[in-house]
Amino acid sequence: MNLDAKIPAGPLAEKWDKHKFNLKLVNPANKRKYDVIVVGTGLAGASAAASLAELGYNVKAFCFQDSPRRAHSIAAQGGINAAKNYQNDGDSVYRLFYDTIKGGDYRAREGNVYRLAQVSVNIIDQCVAQGVPFAREYGGLLDNRSFGGSQVSRTFYARGQTGQQLLLGAYSALNRQIHLGKVKMYTRTEMLDVVTIDGQAKGIVTRSLTSGKIDTHTGHAVLLCTGGYGNVFYLSTNAAGSNVTAAWRAHKRGALFANPCYTQIHPTCIPVTGSHQSKLTLMSESLRNDGRVWAPKTIAIAEQLRKGTLKADQVKEEDRDYFLERKYPSFGNLVPRDVASRNAKEMVDENRGVGGSGIAVFLDFADAIKRLGQEAVAAKYGNLFDMYYQITNEDPYKQPMRIYPAVHYTMGGLWVDYNLSTNVPGLYALGECNFSDHGANRLGASALMQGLADGYFVIPYTLGDYLATIGPKPVDANHPAFEKTKQEVVTRINTLLALKGTKTVNEYHRDLGHIMWEYCGMARTEEGLTKAKGLIQALRADFWKNAIVVGENEEVNASLEKAGRVADFLELGELMVDDALMRKESCGGHFRLESQTEEGEALRDDEHFTFVGAWEYKGDNQPEELHKEDLNFEFVHLTQRSYK
Amino acid sequence: MSTGNMNLTLKVWRQKNAQSAGKMVTYKAENISPDMSFLEMLDVVNESLILKGDEPIHFDHDCREGICGMCSLYINGRPHGPKRAITTCQLHMRSFHDGETITIEPWRAAAFPVVKDLAVDRSAFDRIQQSGGFVSVNTGGVPDANEIAIPKVIADEAFNSATCIGCGACVAACKNASAMLFVSAKISQLAMLPQGQPERWSRVQAMVAQMDAEGFGSCTNTGACEAECPKEISLTNISRMNNDYFSAKLFREEHVHEHGTSGE
Repeated sequence: MNLDAKIPAGPLAEKWDKHKFNLKLVNPANKRKYDVIVVGTGLAGASAAASLAELGYNVKAFCFQDSPRRAHSIAAQGGINAAKNYQNDGDSVYRLFYDTIKGGDYRAREGNVYRLAQVSVNIIDQCVAQGVPFAREYGGLLDNRSFGGSQVSRTFYARGQTGQQLLLGAYSALNRQIHLGKVKMYTRTEMLDVVTIDGQAKGIVTRSLTSGKIDTHTGHAVLLCTGGYGNVFYLSTNAAGSNVTAAWRAHKRGALFANPCYTQIHPTCIPVTGSHQSKLTLMSESLRNDGRVWAPKTIAIAEQLRKGTLKADQVKEEDRDYFLERKYPSFGNLVPRDVASRNAKEMVDENRGVGGSGIAVFLDFADAIKRLGQEAVAAKYGNLFDMYYQITNEDPYKQPMRIYPAVHYTMGGLWVDYNLSTNVPGLYALGECNFSDHGANRLGASALMQGLADGYFVIPYTLGDYLATIGPKPVDANHPAFEKTKQEVVTRINTLLALKGTKTVNEYHRDLGHIMWEYCGMARTEEGLTKAKGLIQALRADFWKNAIVVGENEEVNASLEKAGRVADFLELGELMVDDALMRKESCGGHFRLESQTEEGEALRDDEHFTFVGAWEYKGDNQPEELHKEDLNFEFVHLTQRSYK
Repeated sequence: MSTGNMNLTLKVWRQKNAQSAGKMVTYKAENISPDMSFLEMLDVVNESLILKGDEPIHFDHDCREGICGMCSLYINGRPHGPKRAITTCQLHMRSFHDGETITIEPWRAAAFPVVKDLAVDRSAFDRIQQSGGFVSVNTGGVPDANEIAIPKVIADEAFNSATCIGCGACVAACKNASAMLFVSAKISQLAMLPQGQPERWSRVQAMVAQMDAEGFGSCTNTGACEAECPKEISLTNISRMNNDYFSAKLFREEHVHEHGTSGE
């Protein structure tokens, strides 16, 4: 299989403009003859659906939540990057491009990332025009803050709920098109398969989460905007409903899955308290602007802290190890997420962890409160402090927060070319659902940027080229492929409903999460991954024998919904392990213990691994086939990342 | 799997679907940890129900960090339970005591029909926003973000309105099942900002008309909505909306056209 990324030739800064000119256009009068299916209504999906409808296409949009406003983009806290250089501090499109390539540990495409940096400036304009209430200075202009992995202030924010405000903006644009009749919205509806005809995506199969009705929908193109797969770890910062099913079904219909092992472990989350825990809550990375990360210097002090005989604020200054500031003097607490996470793990591994479980380090605001006053700190981070207090019953104004890394984001996803097209013509992937722009590690405040870039400013151009090529002839809803795919979905549901074993689906999910976290989490080894592969295979086989699914299809059935999603995670988990085994180097969020520098930093192997690993599904319980897309660096020189 | 030492009695509304009648059913929640969230406590109960082959208690939830607005339980007669300014998913069992009986019901409003058990249909909120809760700008062709200067106090106040998460607690708390707090927050955000001015008067009329069409009740200024709102949306929003609505109706009739119908 030839993986052509279709990156336009020429200088970086001219690629996208030149490409836009070369793309075919659809005649305005013909646009209404095309139907486009958009699955997922987060930042990528809502912005794509609204923008395509504005152009005149008929859009059918789907979400599993009760309202498109609830997609998990809503939970993003910290901000969105844009190369506006409003702060006069040396930012530029090229610098954002460079920071993103470097932050991704040189495992992303130059062409894609440069385009992302270019359109970042348009995103902010668009959101402000919609009425998104970004933070402002007293002069009335927009405020910025800095974020991990960057030495300029380019992050736009809306208190601690930037995601909600951006999503409400995209949702309002979507609502306008629903009102105008250009978007038909299907809520509480889950996509369960893609329909392909002669190798092209022509529709989807869905299940109504209220009636259980299985339907088919036709479209000239299908856009998957269905987010990431972090919930394969069971505990993550994702929403309870976040799942891989749409992307995984597409994978099983031929779409390649790229770099599945690239997962981001976010350094600042509230630590786990017990086995009942259903999710982990993130404390925004923006807290690292003012909070100082530390662990006790000695095991003896750590033990007293764990027992509660010593309080954090009683630990003397000289007994504290501000390990990020010590090891990375130029970036300090603002090192990228993968670096911060690994260092926290190192503290815990050295038995210097704190909290009852010993699996945490401190994020301390005492200095910031002394310097700025409690009121100023509250104005910046008040809602996050409140949330921390709510969950832990500890007051972070008085005692430092306890934090520990948690699974947050998945850089891997469906393989797409420069046009965001998967290798299945007519099937596109946008936002976290694709693999394209973050390489092996995503910088903070870049997920919102990528979701909106894809939806507002990339797909409206690139989709037109494909639609103009295939022509506006309606898709034949009576083609046997629709009924055949629908029957396969029904068969699968019936198989799940017939499971009447002794173990709940949630327990399988938790077991899978343990395996993934232990062997395919922050540090990975050949031995551990090999073990994990066997464990996952055994767990999956057991699931199809001993799981319990209750109720019937023709009703609201959360048990059935969850079973379908966990079944897909049980397959994806093995592919992640395969990918992590294949990639013997360390890069970004993928840390192979066998590949590290003398100082314990991730050591890339550029000679052998400067490629995208894209996997092809070959049938149930068959090994997947690896295809390599070589990454060519024309403009950036590959170096060992350093944040010292 | 439970690790705690709290034992509770739950009285839960069970209703198969919108068509069938519902009833209260009593369950035991045992070995509950005070560190569990309220939803995690229900997860534990549901796991035990599934192991017996029974149908789990259905409730809406997603982000579990207080921002998606999906969770919606009416706990001991209060939306989102006994604590101020939080959603159900942020409520922890340490707010209850061992041996307590907890009553759990869905949001109760004619405009929010029950989907199943504790989940209700809040699509009326979406339809109100579809009727006019937007600024009619297409993607592209907008001015540079810093060409629109907005005084910080105005931006902050608009932000306070914008924090509404659309959960519907205001409707559930109101004896008239009024949606005025929700609708007025949405209207206020755009009415305060310069971007919202061109459609200000048509927007308020369109959204109020849709709110009425959905069957929400009237506001009698009791303030239960504000008291129960997890995001502490202020009653001031309702005053602003009323002001704009009367202003539009009395003095701005000439500006009114069907909202947002220009252009594809």
